[in-house]
Amino acid sequence: MIKRIIHVVVVLMVFHQIGFAQDINMLVSNARKKLDKVSDYEASGKMKTNVAFLKIPVANIKLYFKKPGKLKLKSEKGVSFVPKGAMSINLNNLFSGNDFTIIDAGTDKVDNINVRVAKLLPNDDNSDMVLTTLYIDPTNSLIVKSKTTTKENGTYELKMKYGQFAEYGLPDKILFSFNTKDYKLPKGITFDFDDGTSNKAATKSEKPKKGEAEILLSKYIINKGISDDVFK
Amino acid sequence: MLSLLQIELFKISRRPRTYIAFAAITAIVLIFQFAFKADGQSYMNLMLQNVQDNFELDRSKAINGYFMCYIILNTLLVQVPILVALIAGDAISGEANMGTLRLIMTKPVSRTQLIMVKFFASFLFTVFLLIWMAVMALFISLFIFGADDMLIFRVKGDESQILQITKDDVLWRYFAAFGYAAVALTVIASLGILLSVFAENSIGPIVATVCIVIFFTIVSNINVPIIDKNVKPWLFTSYLVGWKGFFYIGTDVDGQPIKGSIENWAAIRNSLYILMAHIAIFLGIAIYSFRKKDILS
Repeated sequence: MIKRIIHVVVVLMVFHQIGFAQDINMLVSNARKKLDKVSDYEASGKMKTNVAFLKIPVANIKLYFKKPGKLKLKSEKGVSFVPKGAMSINLNNLFSGNDFTIIDAGTDKVDNINVRVAKLLPNDDNSDMVLTTLYIDPTNSLIVKSKTTTKENGTYELKMKYGQFAEYGLPDKILFSFNTKDYKLPKGITFDFDDGTSNKAATKSEKPKKGEAEILLSKYIINKGISDDVFK
Repeated sequence: MLSLLQIELFKISRRPRTYIAFAAITAIVLIFQFAFKADGQSYMNLMLQNVQDNFELDRSKAINGYFMCYIILNTLLVQVPILVALIAGDAISGEANMGTLRLIMTKPVSRTQLIMVKFFASFLFTVFLLIWMAVMALFISLFIFGADDMLIFRVKGDESQILQITKDDVLWRYFAAFGYAAVALTVIASLGILLSVFAENSIGPIVATVCIVIFFTIVSNINVPIIDKNVKPWLFTSYLVGWKGFFYIGTDVDGQPIKGSIENWAAIRNSLYILMAHIAIFLGIAIYSFRKKDILS
């Protein structure tokens, strides 16, 4: 009798696991389907960079995307500091190529939204991406958060909020977090005016610090074609 | 008084050494512009350091006319005091050396008037020099490199910062900075005139002024806490770079620059007061000493 019960429990667990695995694959697939509707887009917006040592104004930006994985973030005018991991702000790029394994990492909450967590492991050993974690809103099949760890450029985190372009999986607001290194010029090199105020460095540790870029995209032009020259 | 000033300016304009200053500024600015046109990226890489690991920056936009002018002024305003000393240090001692001082004093001109005229002439020379610098370092740089947002690399206390000023917010800062520089360089001119009162030839006061400026500038740039607190506030050279304060743009709580703002106007204003006090003191001592002086040559 006990043997039979154990047998039934094991069978149920296996079926449950299979069901769950299919479910997360389906969720990722549904999120991807929305993104796949977009062949190219041009988006206008504003980027506010929040890095301790950078005192730079809000930039008016244009974001261009073209399949399979071309992305360009341009400042409309003036000098702009564009975070190097900005490529990852386009979720289509995460799925470029199917060469990854999806692992179900359970559930979580992002800004009071119940989400399912999927981990994408690249099968290609030479891929720059080490691991991507996707937090997917199962109700709308939208990726609300992603965390990508790369070999070369540290870890990037994206938080997305969606509006009128949700059907294409394109966010209105992106909060892009990335690691920054300390910026330290040798004293005396700049012959500064000592105005009596001085900043004491918060920490002297070599640990990476966090930088943030808040991107608000107000207007998308989708699938109208974009010249390759834009990406040069 | 006005005719005396005209005569003084005429004398300055007839001296070949007057044009050394303009030629030196032209040569230095042109060399800088050539060097940055040829390889400005290296300088930008040095200043950006590991920022390049995290950010992409269009360096060709960052190396623009406004940025160039800031770099040139950074270098020139250390050297320009020497050029001002060439003229101011010669003011009274030059007359004594040529034997014309006694002759001037036989005319109905008071000694105070003579010192004031020499001072105004040196001040006008300084202003012309700054106008020439503005033309060469700012306007020629804008012509060669174009105009765009300006980046300021700064060490503030223990932190390094990169400030960005939008291009429509830069020009007034340069006008203000040149105005400040005129006051700062006038301190050198009044020091030169003061030392000139005590000498019978030009070399002594010119060299003495230059030595004082160089020595004080070196001390002002030594980063030793005990000197920072106890010595630097007493050196006028610590305030010569106050013009940079106009480029330290104010920021909001999020670190976003506020257009049209200055981070610490009070510090600039106080520096200006200190510099003007130096001018008054140097000039006052010069007038007092000259009035007491036995003019034997």
